[in-house]
Amino acid sequence: MNGDLQLNADGSLRHLLTLDGLPARILTQILDTAESFISVAQREVKKVPLLRGKAIFNLFFEPSTRTRTTFEIAAKRLSADVVNLNIASSAQSKGETLLDTVANLSAMQADMFVVRHAASGAPHLIARHVAPHIHVVNAGDGRCAHPTQGLLDMFTIRQHKGSFHNLRVAVVGDLLHSRVARSQIHALTTLGCPEVRVVAPRTLLPRDVDSLGVHVHYRMETGIKDCDVVIMLRLQNERMQGALLPSPQEYFKYWGLTPDKLRLARPDVIVMHPGPMNRGVEIDSGVADGVHSVILNQVTYGIAVRMAVMSLLAGN
Amino acid sequence: MHLPQPGELTATLAEAIRPALTPDCALVGIHTGGVWVMDALAEVLGVDSPRGVLDISFYRDDFSRIGLHPQVKPSRIPFDVEGRKILLVDDVLYTGRTVRAAMNLLFDYGRPAAIRLAVLVDRGGRELPICPDFMGLRLDLGPDRHISLQRDEAGVLSFLVREKV
Repeated sequence: MNGDLQLNADGSLRHLLTLDGLPARILTQILDTAESFISVAQREVKKVPLLRGKAIFNLFFEPSTRTRTTFEIAAKRLSADVVNLNIASSAQSKGETLLDTVANLSAMQADMFVVRHAASGAPHLIARHVAPHIHVVNAGDGRCAHPTQGLLDMFTIRQHKGSFHNLRVAVVGDLLHSRVARSQIHALTTLGCPEVRVVAPRTLLPRDVDSLGVHVHYRMETGIKDCDVVIMLRLQNERMQGALLPSPQEYFKYWGLTPDKLRLARPDVIVMHPGPMNRGVEIDSGVADGVHSVILNQVTYGIAVRMAVMSLLAGN
Repeated sequence: MHLPQPGELTATLAEAIRPALTPDCALVGIHTGGVWVMDALAEVLGVDSPRGVLDISFYRDDFSRIGLHPQVKPSRIPFDVEGRKILLVDDVLYTGRTVRAAMNLLFDYGRPAAIRLAVLVDRGGRELPICPDFMGLRLDLGPDRHISLQRDEAGVLSFLVREKV
């Protein structure tokens, strides 16, 4: 994916499409700005007047509850006007029709599009065709990227661990179908995390895994050993085709994160999950609701991170 | 141009404030210079008032022209603003736009009983109907000049006056 599309000539962020190729300075600026928005959420009035008069369109061609809701709350807390469009995905709603939709919404004086689409590259396509003043945020495209999820994961790690420089981080589970994992790995590497591991059965690893600059583990027990952060991925049943796995029960036995397995990690390990969770498949309830879990914090941080992204984009 | 040291001005400002400073009053400094002045004032006055810090980046009126400030810091108000008397502190008062933004920000924490404004230097050039209740120095500085407060590693404050670029 072309990363240059998302930067202005002066190096500032114009669109947020992928974390791939984004310099550390921009990642850090987003995380720093998000920290200020955390304090806004603790006030009597949780809004700031920054994006007054701006119109933000949430274009969701694929269903999503958490991501769409947190984008909506974030935009509202910035005082923007938000319009939610849930457009059911179909084979025809690509190419010209997608651009026609965008052209029509642009004619309604849109200032920003937040795009979720089942087809990889759809937000890039829109970004290439919008007027210069319009910003595009990728809210998840196909198997490609989910940059705000990656950013909120980085924010969560920074809030709980302080910095990235001495951390051992494991990303566990269905990497093959995950757009989140790619965004996470890019961001972790850029922010200076010295050891990123991916832990998965061979059938759920992408073919190009060696090019990601990570340590590959095929066993849970070695994969999460001594880790500071364990990021669980959702087993994406709806994206599975063919016999990649025996059964969810079998998967849980070998790859589910249980309190017993978690004891192999560091005593102060944090456990993350982008949601929605499959309890009893990739994660045991004892871990999901346990003391090491920061899964609900991630949701809260997600609002602040999305506020930071939208306010930085709108100001550039 | 000869300028008094910020330390002397802080002492002058503190004496002006002292009679008005009641025990229920909270101090709020505007990031960054205003926070330094607030801390210096609290030390000279020997008061234990609650202190808060405001970063007005999300409330600036020039966001649509220049975007978000590159280094936003979290605001921190560790007391209830509702019904509270507040002494708002900044280093230099110029157009009044920063103070306008700071007051809007404060009101999003609650409805204060009163806000008074204390500044180390009032350099004139107001663009909004705002005037300080307490000041260390009144200075006529042309629009081509820039004045800011600096703090060295030892915590000593000094003024920097330069031509505007």
